[in-house]
Amino acid sequence: MALKGNLRDFSITQLLNLIHIATKTGALYVEGGSDTVAVYFRDGKISFAQNANQSFDLLKILASSKKLKRSQVVMLQEKFKDLQPAELGLCLVNGGYLSQEDILDTLRAYYSGVVKQLFIWEDGFFHFEGPESAPEGNIMVRESLEDLIVEGARKLKEYEQLKDEIPSLEMALKFSDRPGTNMRAINLSQDEWRVVSYVNPKNSITQIAHATRLNEMDIRRVVYALLQAGIVEIIRPASGAVITPGRTFVAQDRDEQKSIVNRLIDRIRAI
Amino acid sequence: MQTQTVKIVVTGPFNSGKTELIRSVSEIDVVSTEKKITAEAEKVKESTTVAMDFGRITVDDDLVLFLFGTPGQKRFDFMWEILSEGMLGFIVMVDSTRPETFREARSILETFHAYAPTPYIVAANKQDCADAWDVEDMRVALRLDHSIKIMPCVAKKKSSVKNVLLELLFGILEEMDANRS
Ligand SMILES: Nc1nc2c(ncn2[C@@H]2O[C@H](COP(=O)(O)OP(=O)(O)O)[C@@H](O)[C@H]2O)c(=O)[nH]1
Ligand SMILES: [Mg+2]
Repeated sequence: MALKGNLRDFSITQLLNLIHIATKTGALYVEGGSDTVAVYFRDGKISFAQNANQSFDLLKILASSKKLKRSQVVMLQEKFKDLQPAELGLCLVNGGYLSQEDILDTLRAYYSGVVKQLFIWEDGFFHFEGPESAPEGNIMVRESLEDLIVEGARKLKEYEQLKDEIPSLEMALKFSDRPGTNMRAINLSQDEWRVVSYVNPKNSITQIAHATRLNEMDIRRVVYALLQAGIVEIIRPASGAVITPGRTFVAQDRDEQKSIVNRLIDRIRAI
Repeated sequence: MQTQTVKIVVTGPFNSGKTELIRSVSEIDVVSTEKKITAEAEKVKESTTVAMDFGRITVDDDLVLFLFGTPGQKRFDFMWEILSEGMLGFIVMVDSTRPETFREARSILETFHAYAPTPYIVAANKQDCADAWDVEDMRVALRLDHSIKIMPCVAKKKSSVKNVLLELLFGILEEMDANRS
């Protein structure tokens, strides 16, 4: 039976669940855009994972999980040049730099991290090849899939909830003009600030997502956060040309511009 | 009729009084964002947060003024574009008691003006402090041309902040008239 398809139709969580329950051995390849992720399993557990676009540097990985010091890395790089990960791991353990458990713990987390990258893919061609095993020279682990499946399911559930909160991406946003409601201290991320810049009754949420290069999940998350903070409201989009960020004063007409400034002056005088 | 939103941006070095100024006139609690959080669940994606203030003055049903406070360093480049949309003008806050920050204030002013060639005004803040520099001395220190307005300011005092905002708005009107001829 060929296990292949697209993540659009069969989610990564469903895939992991299947591999887990059927205790499969083999390789799962997922291709999306320019990324290719390969995950190897033995008896339904992760043994190795790699993103083809991310170089695998064992010493750096160990350093970022604080198992090695940066200064040690420089020295070890020189000392153990050109070794395969498995040989290098052996040398590190034999040399007394760290324990085998240190290396395996770090790699379990690292390989899981590679798999987690897939959670945010909405699209991606996958195929499972059994009983292929990981490229030689790599360090294998045995990492159960249960935690990952739970985490993936949680993400999926969040997505479902966000869909309930923001049913249509064809709606537009406007700045909330009810003074003082719902405001509380929030931390706006870079994505959130980007979205704020496109808030305009003429821009649909879909258009904002395109302009800010956010995927469906992320735009919903950002809009939801801004709604919660009371900064924006959802409205039916106004017809007319889309206004994108630029340096223009909002009102085009000079008399209208002057009228705006004069109204501001009156208002501020009255404070 | 839709609500028109315009903004005035308040920039300047750290601790110059940006948050204080916005707080003095905003009708809502100022939303201050400080550089913190990266959501635990989102380790995959970087989420940079930036120190920023957000205040509001409602004029009427059709018009709302937003006040954005931003530190204005180079590394926040991506925000200039965001901030300059619908921006009427900006205020550069300078702490009059800390001449060691004047150079930075000057550089923020230049950067911001290059990105957004709108009217601006310099607010010589903390004029209530005994060791505050004189406004005209600051003009020289900041190398401000005589055409650029510099106003004494006490950000904690509403009346003082009003004057700064009004001065900026007058400048905006003047510029509109100048462009007409
Ligand atoms: N004496 C005095 N202190 C001020 C004034 N404006 C701000 N401060 C104080 O200066 C410090 C920095 O102000 P803040 O608004 O947080 O600066 P920001 O970093 O530019 O946002 C705070 O302790 C304020 O209370 C002022 O006009 N006079
Ligand atoms: Mg502040």
